[in-house]
Amino acid sequence: MAQTTQTRPPGPDDTASVPLTKPQLPGWAPALAAVVAFGAAALVGLLLGWGVVGIVAVGWILLLIGLPAWSTAVEGSRKGTDRLVGTVVWSTLALALLPLIAVLWEVISRGAPALNATFFTASQSGVLGAGGGIYHAIMGTLIVTLIATVISVPIGIMAAIYLVEYGKKNRLSQVLTFLIDVMTGIPSIVAGLFALALFTLIFGPGVRMAVGGSIALSVLMIPIVVRSTEEMLKLVPDELREGAYALGVPKWRTIVKVVLPTALGGIVTGATLAVARVAGETAPLLLIVGTFRATNFNPFDGAMATLPVLIFSEATRGGLQEYIPFQLERAWGAALVLIIIVMALNLLARVVGSYFSPKTGR
Amino acid sequence: MAKSIDISDVNIYYGDFLAVQGVNMTVKARQVTAFIGPSGCGKSTVLRTLNRMHEVIPGARVEGKVVVDGQSLYDPSVDPVAVRRQIGMVFQRPNPFPTMSIYDNVLAGNKLNAKKMKKDEADSIVEKSLKGANLWNEVKDRLAKPGMGLSGGQQQRLCIARAIAVEPQVLLMDEPCSALDPISTSAIEDLIHELKSDYTIVIVTHNMQQAARVSDETGFFNLKATGEPGQLVEFNSTTKMFSNPDEPATEAYISGRFG
Repeated sequence: MAQTTQTRPPGPDDTASVPLTKPQLPGWAPALAAVVAFGAAALVGLLLGWGVVGIVAVGWILLLIGLPAWSTAVEGSRKGTDRLVGTVVWSTLALALLPLIAVLWEVISRGAPALNATFFTASQSGVLGAGGGIYHAIMGTLIVTLIATVISVPIGIMAAIYLVEYGKKNRLSQVLTFLIDVMTGIPSIVAGLFALALFTLIFGPGVRMAVGGSIALSVLMIPIVVRSTEEMLKLVPDELREGAYALGVPKWRTIVKVVLPTALGGIVTGATLAVARVAGETAPLLLIVGTFRATNFNPFDGAMATLPVLIFSEATRGGLQEYIPFQLERAWGAALVLIIIVMALNLLARVVGSYFSPKTGR
Repeated sequence: MAKSIDISDVNIYYGDFLAVQGVNMTVKARQVTAFIGPSGCGKSTVLRTLNRMHEVIPGARVEGKVVVDGQSLYDPSVDPVAVRRQIGMVFQRPNPFPTMSIYDNVLAGNKLNAKKMKKDEADSIVEKSLKGANLWNEVKDRLAKPGMGLSGGQQQRLCIARAIAVEPQVLLMDEPCSALDPISTSAIEDLIHELKSDYTIVIVTHNMQQAARVSDETGFFNLKATGEPGQLVEFNSTTKMFSNPDEPATEAYISGRFG
């Protein structure tokens, strides 16, 4: 190496090597810039009386200008652009999280006071104004969603098995995939109308039956289960199927014993998320299940209360002025319980997914 | 239990595309037959027609005759599942079943077919197969661990153990060492030498030294010309192929003057 350097004619490269170090802002620079920007905005804003929204907007603009400018001055223009884009990305993330946190905060702060032992163990039977609970609605939601799951998970998984394992791009599977895509977009009220029309045809007008709500929810759930299962089955490598075929294993046994166990974690996760997705549906249940003030355990006979419908009816029910605060409190409490149920299902999906996923033993 | 395979006038199509044309050869029992040739010339395709695995690919079909021990594989009354129970296969990439332990992976061929067997019978099959695949000493203390936790070479030997656990008559190997390091490759080549006494083995390989080391007979495949179907150029004993081949094309390929 030394030899080549000597034989080459001396140029500017040899005398001044390109420096690898550049001045850098410390790691806490963005935090400092944010504090300064929002602090300045708050100071001016409080003096001029802008309100919270104005302060945040001005502070954000200050940060958006200040941090890149500081960075450009110290670190150069490439880093300055990086800081600008970084700030935009971080603030959109915060913007996206804002409604989520606001909703959670609102529901928890308003719903938590309603929660007590009676709230979970009593129904609304014979209750006017204060007191009573939502036991009947919790049971109703559990029953309706459970039946919907029992109907749609087997159908959805088997349809996905057909699409992936048997219908390899043939005409029927293309049509089915298209219909499933369309079904994914069906408004839930239409699913409710379908169930209502079906049960009216069979049992006559004015029918109220919890199983009808389950069927409406199944209509919404099946496409989600099919889609997620399909994706999971496609992830199973063909080598595993070929490995099983090469051992003389018939196709159906390969699917049952090799493909499904390999994809089980994902399938269960997808099904649980589909349950969580439909557990909060209101419109179809409003149409066919109706609402009821006492506990009804029979899904084939009469109306049944469910959490979403209870929230809706308690929040919109008029009645005597002095009862309305209790009704609203009950609605918030029920909303909190519903969120907790859906969140528990999501957590369960994660636990179950990791439990069933193939292990490497490392 | 080993059987010979007669292949006569076999044409293999993927849809309308003729992939391999006019293959004639006899794979002898209890011998290792190697298929060599450049990529895309139809070696693996021919190998897969020997146990009807090519049918997994939609649109694949075969003309001609493949006769194993007097039975034509492509007779309409032949059940491909029954064929694959007789003719096992090891793939290019190790593919142990990720949901199963090492023990269950070896027994997969029996368990997936719901064959009833006693515990000690199962244990002896596992031990025999793993010993046959030169893997027993490495895994005997962790048979209940997942098969995916083994190294690549161990996984491939696990797949060989799985294939010989169902006691097939023929063992097909599709580039079994191409994803492995030299030490694992040498372990598998030793294994092929040992298995030869009980099984008819057909191996596809890109490694000509490997073909020379392990095989008794060699088939050289090549494309007729670019865009035309692959064909069997020469089929001869390995010694003759690597010292004094009949076809100039074979010599050119083997000596690296291909092209």
